[in-house]
Amino acid sequence: MNERDGFEQRLRDARARQGLDQPSGGGKRGLPPGPWGIGFRAGLEVVSALAVGVVVGLLLDRWLGTKPWLFLLFFVLGAAAGILNVYRLFDPRRGQPK
Amino acid sequence: MIDALHQFELAPVFGLLGRSVNFSQSAAFMLLAVGLITFLMLRGMAPRAIIPGRLQALAETSYEFVHDLVTGQVGDEGKQFFPFVFSLFMFVLLGNLLGLIPWAFTFTSHIAVTFGLAAIVFVLITVVGLVIHGTHFFSYFFPEGAPKLLAPLIIPIEIISYLSRPVSLSVRLFANMVAGHVMLIVFASFVVMIGSIGAVGILGAALPLAVNVALYGFELLVAFLQAYVFAILTSIYLHDAVHLH
Repeated sequence: MNERDGFEQRLRDARARQGLDQPSGGGKRGLPPGPWGIGFRAGLEVVSALAVGVVVGLLLDRWLGTKPWLFLLFFVLGAAAGILNVYRLFDPRRGQPK
Repeated sequence: MIDALHQFELAPVFGLLGRSVNFSQSAAFMLLAVGLITFLMLRGMAPRAIIPGRLQALAETSYEFVHDLVTGQVGDEGKQFFPFVFSLFMFVLLGNLLGLIPWAFTFTSHIAVTFGLAAIVFVLITVVGLVIHGTHFFSYFFPEGAPKLLAPLIIPIEIISYLSRPVSLSVRLFANMVAGHVMLIVFASFVVMIGSIGAVGILGAALPLAVNVALYGFELLVAFLQAYVFAILTSIYLHDAVHLH
C-alpha cells in the first residue's frame, strides 16, 4: 500500500460522495435523465405501440371485411406490445455486449 | 388570443421562384443546416492542426462524441454506420438549435420531417438485419426458449413492437420541439399582454419574462438531448439489427 494507491482510493471515495461518477448502465439505453423524461418516454412507448396496433387492425379489417373483430384483437395486441416496450426499456440485460 | 401554432405554418420563401416550386422555409432551413454542418466539418478540419483552434475543436468534439456513442452501443461493427448516425445527429441538432433563433423556423417540429428521418432509420435497420442474418433475421420476432404454443401470440406482439419504433422515435422529437416552442410563445405573449396594461403591467410582465428566459435555457438542453436521444436510439436499433438481441 503506497501513497499513490491511497490517493486513488480517496479520490474514488470523494467522487462517489459527490455523485460525480454516474453508475454505468443507467442512461446508456437512451433513457433520458430525470423522472419526467423517463415517464414521458415510457408513456410514449405504450401509446405508439397501441397506435400501431389500432392502425394495423383497422387496415386488416378494411381489407378482409371483418369489422370490427381484427381491430379489437389488434387493440389488445398493441397494448401488449406497448407493455413489452416499457419492459424492454427497463430490462438491464438487453444491450449488454456479448 | 394567443396564436401559438402559427409559427409552425409553412410559407414559400425566395419570392416568385420559391412559390412556383413551393419551396418552404422548412426546406430553406434544412439547406441551411446541411450547409452549416458541411462548413463546420470542411472549414473546421482544414487547418489539421495538432493543437486545434476553436472551429476544429468543435468539429473534433462532435465527431468523437458521435463516434463513441456509435461504437459504444453497436460495438466495432458500428464503425460502418458512423457516417449515417453522425449525419442524422448533426441534422437533428442543427434543426433544433436553428429553431431557437428568433424568427427562425424549426423543421424538426414537423411530424413529416421527423417521421421521414425515422422511416429512413427503420428501413436501414431492417435492411441491415436482413443482409447480415438473411432469413434468420425473422427469428428476431420469436425469442428463443419461448414455448412454441405461444407463437401466434408472441409473433404479432413482437411485430407490432418492432413497427412502433419509428412511431415513438419520430413522435418524441416532434412532440418535444412543438411543446417547447408553444410554451415559449405562450409566455412571450403573456409578457406583451401584461406589459400593455400600463406601469403596473410592466412590473408584472417581469415574471413571465423570467420564466421565458429559464424556458429558453431549458430548450437549449432539450435541443441537445433530443438529438442525442435520436442518435442513441438509432444506434440501439442498429445494435439489435447487427446482433439480433
